[in-house]
Amino acid sequence: MFSNFDYDVIWRSLPYLFQQGMAFTLTLTAIATVFGLILGTLIAMMRLSSSAVLSGFAVSYVNLMRSLPLVLVIFLFYFLMPYVGQWIIRSDQPVQVGAYASTIVTFTLFEAAYFSEIMRAGIQSVPRGQVMAGYAIGLNYREVMRHVVLPQAFRNMLPVIFTQTIVLFQDTSLVYVLSITDFLGAASKVAQRDGRLTEMYLFAALVYFLICFTASFFVKRLQKRISIIR
Amino acid sequence: MPMITIEKVSKWYNPQFQVLKNCTTAVEKGEVVVVCGPSGSGKSTLIKTVNALEPVQQGTIMVDGLNVTTMKKDLPKLRSRVGMVFQHFELFPHLKIVENLCLGQTIVLGRSEDAAKAKAMKMLERVGLTAHAQKYPGQLSGGQQQRVAIARALVMDPICMLFDEPTSALDPEMINEVLDVMVELAKEGMTMMVVTHEMGFAKKVANRVIFMDAGEIVEDAQKDDFFGHPRSDRAQHFLSKILAH
Repeated sequence: MFSNFDYDVIWRSLPYLFQQGMAFTLTLTAIATVFGLILGTLIAMMRLSSSAVLSGFAVSYVNLMRSLPLVLVIFLFYFLMPYVGQWIIRSDQPVQVGAYASTIVTFTLFEAAYFSEIMRAGIQSVPRGQVMAGYAIGLNYREVMRHVVLPQAFRNMLPVIFTQTIVLFQDTSLVYVLSITDFLGAASKVAQRDGRLTEMYLFAALVYFLICFTASFFVKRLQKRISIIR
Repeated sequence: MPMITIEKVSKWYNPQFQVLKNCTTAVEKGEVVVVCGPSGSGKSTLIKTVNALEPVQQGTIMVDGLNVTTMKKDLPKLRSRVGMVFQHFELFPHLKIVENLCLGQTIVLGRSEDAAKAKAMKMLERVGLTAHAQKYPGQLSGGQQQRVAIARALVMDPICMLFDEPTSALDPEMINEVLDVMVELAKEGMTMMVVTHEMGFAKKVANRVIFMDAGEIVEDAQKDDFFGHPRSDRAQHFLSKILAH
């Protein structure tokens, strides 16, 4: 069954697959994670704030993002952003944003919604009694957050953040809709050029599997190591 | 001047639900006052208003001559001088026992790491848990955790102690080890306000007993009067139920 497979196509295209394809996939994952976490923290703080306006905005944002398929958001932003740019800088014509910049912004904004929910859940998972106990020994709000709530919340949410990053790593493959050369896009281009679809997609699947499986394994180990004894 | 004064205190959770109704009482220096009453009577809420963990809408609460109800900026400082022990211990699970005891000392009182540790070990010895200093709260039994919680309050050199049902989350065989520590404290002259159902403890060390029902202080009497001849029907009813066995 596999006798007419051409494994050489994989060897020949390795530099292209990894130096271009995987490099972009990892860059996008890293940028979207870092900025998504920063933005997500801000949104989580807005959500938990006592201001109805701030928390209302945060809730709407998170609900909107979580209710739309990522592919749709990628498309929507790609076509919408030139006009938003035009509106912001009051230009005469739509601003050229480009597929790369557009995907980075899209993934950051999209992941921020998910990360903010992870953070909110992490902070709220710390029982109210812990906050009370912190106040009772004389800590103020900031000290309670820093020494009592956040260290516990962080332990609860760190594994979930990593898991979400693994999901994000897989989701970056959706940029194929904008013809961007990520890892899967690169594999796909080689596959169609050389007529070796099965080999290339199998290889791509194997690479994704190995990376994600290994990452998940380490997340589980980490989870065990940092978990709180209860 | 009493150590704790509670005057005409009322509290609502929402406009329809009043948890505290015009409560007035006082705790003298060195006095041990037990607060009892059926579930939902507001006794836990009342004790939490003393160090402003629960805000009140009406009335005045004074601790050591300072008005807690209007206090804002100095509240953490006052709370550090009022020891509090919770029903569910509320030790910080991510910190070792000794770290639990040092946190408030170093951050709030500004003690050095070494001084805090020395004080922590002294208090652990007092509650008989020196061997567990390097463990995490989750590795200790309920009774041990509650004794650590008492020690965590004591390292701050409190002027008075509040106990919110300190034994009601414990397995029966662990209640006494906690009560023993509390009896010791009372004998040393610590000012204590204790919400508890342990009538044995009340009979042994309390000076006064406050009986609450439906948010009101129904009876506030010397211990012997309360147990000997409770005046109100509600207190008689409560005592007959709780002392039946």
